[in-house]
Amino acid sequence: MANERKLTCIVCPKGCDLTVEFDDAGAIKNISGYTCPRGKDYAYAECTAPVRTVTSTVRCEDGEVVAVKTATPIPKSMIFEVMAAINAVTAPNDVKIGDVIIADVCGTGANVVITANR
Amino acid sequence: MAQMNNQRRADLVIIGGGPAGMAAAVAAYEKGLRDILILERDDALGGILRQCIHNGFGLHRFGEELTGPEYAARYEKQVKEYGIPFMLNTMVIDVDESKVVTAMNRECGIFKIEAKAIILAMGCRERPKGALNIAGSRPAGIYTAGTAQKFVNMKGLMPGREVLILGSGDIGLIMARRMTLEGAKVKAVCELMPYSGGLARNIEQCLNDFGIPLYLSHTVVEIHGKERLTGVTIAKVDEMRRPIPETREFISCDTLLLSCGLIPENELTKSAGISLDRITGGAVVDGERECEIPGIFACGNVLHVHDLVDYVSEEAVIAGEAAVKYINGEKSHGMALNLVTDGKIRYTVPQRITSAEKTKVYFRVANVYRDVKIVVKDGERVILEKKKQKVAPGEMETVILTADMLSACETNATISFSLEEVRK
Amino acid sequence: MFDFAVIGAGVVGGLVARELTKYKLSVCVIEKESDVAMGATRANSAIVHAGFDAKEGTLKALLNVRGSEMMEDVCSELGVKYKRNGSLVVGFNDEDKETLLSLIERGRTNGVKGLSLLERDELLKLEPNIGDGVTCALRAETGAIVCPYELCMAAVGNAMDNGAELKLNFKVEKIEKCGGVYRISSENDTIEAKIVINCAGVFSDEIARLVGEDTFSVRPRRGEYMLLDKECGELVSHTVFRCPSKMGKGVLVSPTVDGNLLLGPTAEDIDDKNDTSTTPAGLAHLSALAGEQVKGIHLGKVITSFTGLRATGSTGDFIINSPIDGFINCAGVESPGLTSAPAIAQYVVEMLKKAGAELTKNESFNGKRRPLHYFRELGIDEKNEVIKNNPDYAHVVCRCETVTAGEIIEAIRTNPRPTSIDGIKRRTRASMGRCQGGFCTPYMVELLAREMGLPVTEITKSGGESYINVGKTAKGGN
Repeated sequence: MANERKLTCIVCPKGCDLTVEFDDAGAIKNISGYTCPRGKDYAYAECTAPVRTVTSTVRCEDGEVVAVKTATPIPKSMIFEVMAAINAVTAPNDVKIGDVIIADVCGTGANVVITANR
Repeated sequence: MAQMNNQRRADLVIIGGGPAGMAAAVAAYEKGLRDILILERDDALGGILRQCIHNGFGLHRFGEELTGPEYAARYEKQVKEYGIPFMLNTMVIDVDESKVVTAMNRECGIFKIEAKAIILAMGCRERPKGALNIAGSRPAGIYTAGTAQKFVNMKGLMPGREVLILGSGDIGLIMARRMTLEGAKVKAVCELMPYSGGLARNIEQCLNDFGIPLYLSHTVVEIHGKERLTGVTIAKVDEMRRPIPETREFISCDTLLLSCGLIPENELTKSAGISLDRITGGAVVDGERECEIPGIFACGNVLHVHDLVDYVSEEAVIAGEAAVKYINGEKSHGMALNLVTDGKIRYTVPQRITSAEKTKVYFRVANVYRDVKIVVKDGERVILEKKKQKVAPGEMETVILTADMLSACETNATISFSLEEVRK
Repeated sequence: MFDFAVIGAGVVGGLVARELTKYKLSVCVIEKESDVAMGATRANSAIVHAGFDAKEGTLKALLNVRGSEMMEDVCSELGVKYKRNGSLVVGFNDEDKETLLSLIERGRTNGVKGLSLLERDELLKLEPNIGDGVTCALRAETGAIVCPYELCMAAVGNAMDNGAELKLNFKVEKIEKCGGVYRISSENDTIEAKIVINCAGVFSDEIARLVGEDTFSVRPRRGEYMLLDKECGELVSHTVFRCPSKMGKGVLVSPTVDGNLLLGPTAEDIDDKNDTSTTPAGLAHLSALAGEQVKGIHLGKVITSFTGLRATGSTGDFIINSPIDGFINCAGVESPGLTSAPAIAQYVVEMLKKAGAELTKNESFNGKRRPLHYFRELGIDEKNEVIKNNPDYAHVVCRCETVTAGEIIEAIRTNPRPTSIDGIKRRTRASMGRCQGGFCTPYMVELLAREMGLPVTEITKSGGESYINVGKTAKGGN
């Protein structure tokens, strides 16, 4: 009982209540409550190396802003570091969805890509 | 300046180029209709999704997780590939019962379009501060969460540094995270009800991730500050939602964001003389999203507020396809089933069913209930039961009524939706 | 050096300044706020009182009746919305009926026309939604409604068009008289004028004290209001007052000229002349009372609530006098101050003439002003003519009130020019609708910044430090 952790799954809007049980050594023993494989994966990652997708905006040369995201999730602990990197770049004016604006942001392996057409 | 052409015609006029309007247009096109016109008041297609730069859209529709602008761009691409005509910066100012749409834009001035069918897809707006009637001063720094979202995500402006959020609607939760990422300190989210109005995953990833407290059964009772907001007084509320004076607490902040509910934007619907459902704030529709005026359809948040844009698109397809049937004279009105609810279930959309085709019924509950079953009856005859571990007002529920179930009903039967406890 | 300095750009100061520009005089209006109409003018009942309320023989009674008679013409000249909707004072019992009869008597003494007493059945024909407990009513056919801040803006604007100057953000700290000239100073500005007219509302006692005049005081009386969505605007057509009784003066329920429904005011004497906050108790009081007068008021339709401070003078009457040579008070102008304002302006000029001032008619005076809302009242073809010349008039910025970019830009360029978002709002109604600026505020910020040549981050809600935004995100690499 003491060795379990309750989570709310963030993979989809259902927001399933997940329970992760640990053995005495702290290793994951069992995951329950998920209703899809992605939920199980989320619970595992959340208890070992939690990750998040960061979405924000970057300034363009003409002074307007355009939306961006990390194309793959980055370590949760690096959210603010990645934000600082995003806020320090300037994008060309003619960017399109999918354009890479920062490759391998902060060494996470994730690219920051444009998510809106201008 | 181009010659003003003040009289036009179109088979299908779609009011609103957001996710609902675009999906309806695409669906109508795919059913063979070509004379379609989308009227959009903003300077681009996409509607509110353009400012919803966070991810979490499209899992149902596209099987992948997209941001708002990416989701919108998929439909925009489709609209453009099909060559469906659309007018931007075009504001519809009137719709009448004979399906004449009056609109205005810079190029054409004020003009009228005679339509064979109309799809209303104007979306919704946020409940403003005035509607909450909070006492105190009226300084700068009080915005709806959506206005703040527009400032931050579309204009690159920062509306404040120290933030309190009233209401735990999804936009408020999303903005709690967004403002935090941009360096603001979000002090708390206060929710009047004893449960959150937003999705559980947003509580997790927008509040818990950043240590932002959520105070349930709390509200803002007073606003302070002469020029810019200097703080708010919050208080716990009792079961009747009345503030408890002893629990008053001052929280200093320069920004108050409001996320206290969305209201379907139905001024045009009303101008056409279409009556609205008191609970949803949207039109009363049949299974194919047709309003009481034949040939006028509604879909998306203008009809009832959805949790997910994926469901908006799904509903828009129903309306788009039905509009084509109507134009082709194929829409049937063989039945007149009336859907009623028990109060625990607050409303259903549709409210009427006019043909015995498979119909997905959307509804919301009035409170958080555990271990219940949704019971659908034709008179005393149970048509369908569906068990749920938990239902909550913040989460839209659905049941599917099959063609067989509907065919078994009298043509003008009353179908009741209720929530019953499940004995364990 | 000006001939006249008018202190306070409320509805009284505005109309006084305009009256003065009918003569060959130089006039400067000074105002401590960043816009005109920021005091009691901004937040009051917006009623043109018939004149049965004020005690016989008082200045209030005289100027009320005169002002009520003048108001329609003044509004029509200035392009201000005015509607003679008539007012009703409803009674709930025989005692109230007695009071109403005495009010009719008083009204007739004051010279008010068109007063009558209605029984419930007659009343129901006029107002089917009248409260169930109402037994009778005083009907005043000359009662009307007007938009007070629009009247003030139009008056100041028209005075400016006729040569008056307006100095905003000018908070009078000192008034010195040297050699027959008044030197009026704020923290960082000074003007000189031969004659000073004190129209400073709740602050008029403090202004008077600056010249050593200490015979009266003005106390702010808080009046809270709630404004309801236009959906409720047709619940009643008359302004419905409650019969004054031992229980107090009651509140009014009234349509506004813009089609909303207004409930209010409460009445509470307070000390802070800057405290325009609303209170939970006040709002609760309004909610409780209004429903007794009119049925079917849906408080879920409240779109905003606000507080006005009435300038309650210590004498019980308007204080319009010249205690010192060259210094004129228009003080203690509480209700029926809005109604009386045009008459007060005229009365001040009469005072000047009586005192022997030589006033030469300004032949080039043009009292007409095109209403800011003229566009919305045009027919489709006329609108299309305007749009052809300026497509900004086809660009809807505020969707709830259908206000176009053309109208907003025109308002920004028209005297007295707005310098804040609230300033635009009061002039155009943009953001005054049911969404209360949720959609249009970001666009209005951009328009105002462009027109004023300011960075968007400098735009305020209402002057001073009331910045809409506090900075920028995503600084970029530069």
